[in-house]
Amino acid sequence: MSSLVITDLHAQVHTDTGPKDILRGVTLTIDSGRTHAIMGPNGSGKSTLAYVIAGHPRYTVTSGTITLDGVDVLAMSVDERARAGLFLAMQYPVEVPGVSVANFLRTAVTAARGEAPKLRLWIKEMKEAMADLQMDPSFAERNLNEGFSGGEKKRLEILQLSLLRPKIAILDETDSGLDVDALRVVSEGVNRYREATGAGTLLITHYTRILRYITPDVVHVFSDGRIVETGGPELADVLEADGYERFTTVPSA
Amino acid sequence: MSAITIAPPMDLAPRVHSLDPAAFTVPTARDEEWRFSPVDRLKQFFDADPAAGFVTATGNGVNVVPMSEVASSWIPIDLASAIARANVKKAGVLEIPAQAQWAEPVIVDLTTIEHNSYQHLEIVAGQFSVATVVIRQTLTGNVSGSIVINVGDGAHLRVITVVEGEFSTALALQMPVIVGRDATFIGALATLGGGAVRIQSSVQYTAPGGRAELFGVFLSDAGQHVEHRIFVHHDQPHCVSEVIFKGALLNPGARSAWIGDVLVRKDAIGTETHQSNRNLLLSEGSRADSVPNLELETGDIVRAGHASATGRFDDEQLFYLQSRGLTLDEARQLVVRGFFADVLGRIGNDTWRDSLLVTISDRLGISPVEDTDE
Repeated sequence: MSSLVITDLHAQVHTDTGPKDILRGVTLTIDSGRTHAIMGPNGSGKSTLAYVIAGHPRYTVTSGTITLDGVDVLAMSVDERARAGLFLAMQYPVEVPGVSVANFLRTAVTAARGEAPKLRLWIKEMKEAMADLQMDPSFAERNLNEGFSGGEKKRLEILQLSLLRPKIAILDETDSGLDVDALRVVSEGVNRYREATGAGTLLITHYTRILRYITPDVVHVFSDGRIVETGGPELADVLEADGYERFTTVPSA
Repeated sequence: MSAITIAPPMDLAPRVHSLDPAAFTVPTARDEEWRFSPVDRLKQFFDADPAAGFVTATGNGVNVVPMSEVASSWIPIDLASAIARANVKKAGVLEIPAQAQWAEPVIVDLTTIEHNSYQHLEIVAGQFSVATVVIRQTLTGNVSGSIVINVGDGAHLRVITVVEGEFSTALALQMPVIVGRDATFIGALATLGGGAVRIQSSVQYTAPGGRAELFGVFLSDAGQHVEHRIFVHHDQPHCVSEVIFKGALLNPGARSAWIGDVLVRKDAIGTETHQSNRNLLLSEGSRADSVPNLELETGDIVRAGHASATGRFDDEQLFYLQSRGLTLDEARQLVVRGFFADVLGRIGNDTWRDSLLVTISDRLGISPVEDTDE
């Protein structure tokens, strides 16, 4: 049983014209086995929340706390957070030329598990996980994200999720840029991970589409850097029908 | 001996070729050709040193003969190379017989015990021969001289050169390659050591259909100046050249320069040429100069391109890798390894690729990750 607790979190982004406030008091608890969806319009700060949890250096937390099972996450480096059991599936995964997917995955799994997996078992595990996501075995030999289509990048993010088995997964717009088939495959991957590990999941999305495949326990509406409304799955249906207008009546600077 | 002027003054091509040191002026930092170079650290090569020794070449099939018996097709192009040629007493000669198919690489060690030494190594690949030569240039003193490579018609020659040595040493090296009809030359150069290193590689074609690929990796650390000057002279039709150099500059004070000149003459129709240099600065206070030049005298070519980029670690790459649990060191290691991977892969010899990867990793203070497919 794990618990990610975010309390009154304020954060800024560094820009050329100075710091800019993005998060304005986020409070949220994600427990094992629970799936939260955060929905919000573009520019509401929902992706910033994901990056701040992961520790991206572009953002500075000005007040508030994040803890994982009582331990201060904000005091950890980016890699310490990952090894503690946090995972961020990124909206825009980064290309790393010359580094093969296979080499990268084994290095990451070694870091997550604290020891290198036995080679023969590892190859079998990787192949099975790739087959689950309908990825061709040749994928493993390609350079990390280099020349990948949007769908391929997202599959690779979910492949990492299934191999790294974090305690809490944050999926940042994993559904963006996916066609219906890819969305189904990726969603099934997320569901397998949820069932197999009983982990907590934070699903950040602009559209309700992915929620037809991954059923959330809780839906939050995010606007102007904070959660403005929380409800059950039915809240997503309201957003689908009415849009975000009534949550964005106060225009942000 | 008289100087031969072969080109108009604004040309990329060297203006003077001569065996006579008196044909050349003494380089200064104000000369275009030397403005990136540490002239002070190379000036011992601008005066003949009567006490200098010569670099010994050892290896299977290598003969050491008096320089007077070597009929080199290459004529020096600057003061240092002319002095070295005039004063080197013995040369190493490696002849690969026509039609020979050498399965195993021949390893040639270039060593010296003298403070200053001159060098001449002549490699002659006979018609339709196929061979790989590995040259280990290990610097314990200052070396000035040449490695002249002749690739006969239809031959396929691969030369892997590894330069290592103490940072107190200097190297002024000419590496001209003469490519015959339908011949292929693949040159991999790893410049890892030496203090003040200035290597000039040139490619010339004697007939149509030649192909030359020059791949380079280099490291420069505090106290090192690592300079590569490449000149590819396309004056024959339907020849191909590809030049890729990648360098990493390690600590503050590290210095590198890369100047790539490609000249496509009017008659060189059907030319295909590409050159690129990329540098990775691993610290503040290091400096990499990179100057690609391309001069076309004909538009009747297949392709011509050049590229150059110098950058630091990409923070987004490091963040992505760290967010998967890799420490900053591990992330940097993967990125640097990836940076060199494509050019090392082009060497075409797995044993030497892996060996270079280990050496580079050692120098970066990181241990290489084993590949999952091994």
